[in-house]
Amino acid sequence: MSEDEENREMIEIFVMGKRYKVPKGLTIMTALEYAGYKYVRGCGCRGGFCGACATIYRTEDEYKFKMDLACQTAVQDGMFLVQLPFVPAVREDFDIEEVDPKENDNVMLDYYSEIARCVSCNTCTKACPQDIEAMDYVQAALRGDVERCADLSFDCIQCGLCSIRCPADIKHYHLAQLARRITGRYIHEHSDELEKRVQEIKNGEYDDKMKEMVEMEMEELKKLYEERDIREEG
Amino acid sequence: MEEGYLYYPGCTLKTKASDYEESAMAVMEALGKPLVEMDDWYCCGAVQSLTEDDIMHQIAPIRTMCCAQEQGEKEVVTLCDMCYNVLKQANERMKEKPDDLETMNEFLTEDPDYLGEVDVHHIFEILRDMKDEIKKKVKKPITDLKIAPYYGCMLLRPDHVAIDDTEDPHIMEGLLEAIGAEVIHNPKRTECCGSYHTVNRSDIVEKRVEDIVSRAVKDGADAIALSCPLCQFNLDFHQRNTEYDIPVFYLTELIALAMGIEVGMEKHKIDPKSLLKDKKILE
Ligand code: FES
Repeated sequence: MSEDEENREMIEIFVMGKRYKVPKGLTIMTALEYAGYKYVRGCGCRGGFCGACATIYRTEDEYKFKMDLACQTAVQDGMFLVQLPFVPAVREDFDIEEVDPKENDNVMLDYYSEIARCVSCNTCTKACPQDIEAMDYVQAALRGDVERCADLSFDCIQCGLCSIRCPADIKHYHLAQLARRITGRYIHEHSDELEKRVQEIKNGEYDDKMKEMVEMEMEELKKLYEERDIREEG
Repeated sequence: MEEGYLYYPGCTLKTKASDYEESAMAVMEALGKPLVEMDDWYCCGAVQSLTEDDIMHQIAPIRTMCCAQEQGEKEVVTLCDMCYNVLKQANERMKEKPDDLETMNEFLTEDPDYLGEVDVHHIFEILRDMKDEIKKKVKKPITDLKIAPYYGCMLLRPDHVAIDDTEDPHIMEGLLEAIGAEVIHNPKRTECCGSYHTVNRSDIVEKRVEDIVSRAVKDGADAIALSCPLCQFNLDFHQRNTEYDIPVFYLTELIALAMGIEVGMEKHKIDPKSLLKDKKILE
C-alpha cells in the first residue's frame, strides 16, 4: 500500500470500465489525473466556466445516467464514468444582418427546424450542469420568442450534454447561441458605451497597459486580478 | 376561471397565425370573457401519435394539462384546430387509461401528478354557447358577405373528440348567421386541405385547395371562414396556382368586424381588405 493510500480515505471508480482507487474528495478531473490520465482535450478553465469537461456517469444505486462537469463534481464511490470532450453538432451558418426577428416571425425555426420535434421530455434540462431550463428555451424558440430563449440560456457554457441526450436531435446550445446573437443585434438597446470603448481600443489607448500586463510576473498578475475594482466608474 | 377562460395559444398563434389570436382575444374581451394566457405551456407536438405504446409523444400535451392544474383550472381553451385535436386526444387517453396516466406521472417527476381532471375546449364551442351575446354586440352586420364555412379535419375527427356532427357540422353556420353573413353551403367543407403535405408535396395540397375553393366559388362565396392556421395557410397561399383568389378569414376576424372591432389581418396572402371595402364593411 502506498503512503498516500495509508493516509487518505480511498474510493473506487471505473474510468471507461477500468477500476481505479482514488482519494475521496477529489473532483472527477483531478481523480482522473491521479489515476494517470493526462488531459489533451476535455479540460479548459478548471473553474466551471468553459464547458470543456463534460462527463457522463452512472452510480450503482441509480439506473439513470447522470451528467456533470468533471472539474466541478466530486468523485463518488462506485462511479462508472467517461469523459465527453466534444459533442458533434453542426452549427448553421447565418448572416447576422439577415436574421431580423421583426422581418421573420420564426427565424429560429428556419435555421434549426428540428426544434419542432421537441416532445417536451425535459431530458435536456435534467442533463444541464448549469441548471438551465433548456427545454423551456427550446419551447420559447418554437413560438418565436427569441429574447426569452436568449435570457433563459444566458448561463450556457456549451458543454453539449443537452444535445447528446435529446431524443429529438436538437442542437440546443447552437440554437441558444443564435438566439443570443439575434437578441444582441436586434432586440437589446444599442449601447453607446460599448461603441466608445471599442473605439478607444482601436485607437490604441490600452496598448501600453496591455503590454505591461503581458510582461508581468505571474504572482504580480494574480495580485492585480484579485485586487481589481469592478465597480462602475463615477 | 371566473373572469374569463384559461387560454392555450400554441406556437403558431404566436407567429404565423397572430391575426387569429388578435381577433379571438378582442372578441372574447368584448364579450366580457377574456382569454387569459396560461402562465406556462408547451408545444402540443402538432401531430397526434396513434401508436398504442407511444407515451413519449403524449408528454407535451399532458405537461400542459399539468400547468392548467397547477393554476387551479379545470378548463383550457385553444384556438388552433391542430392543438385542440392533439391536446384533447392525449388528455382523453389519460382519462380513459389509468395505466398510461400512471406511466406518465412516473415520468413527469418534476411536476405534481396529473389527476386527469382538466377539460380541453375549442374556441368555437365557447362562441357557440355565447351566440346570443354575440348577436347583441353586433354593430355592423356583414349582410353583404357570402361566406362558405370550412371545417377541415381536426375539429371533427376522430368522432370522440369532434366538437360537432362529424358529417354535418353547423357551429360555424350558426355563428355566421348570428353576425348577419349569408352562409354558402359547401359540401367540401369537411374534406382535408392536404395538411402537412404542404411541406414537401404541395401538388397534393394544390389539388385539394382547388377542389374546395372552386366549389365554394361556384356556389357564390365571396370568401371562406375557418379556424385552423394550417388550413388557413393552405387555402390562402395555394390559391396562387389556381384561377381563384378569394380571401380566407379566421371566423373570429369576421365576428370582430361585425362587432365593430378593428383587426389587423396583416398576414393574409390574399388581401381581404379590398373585398371588405367593396362590401362597405371597411371604409
Ligand atoms: S474545465 Fe472548464 S468547465 Fe470544467
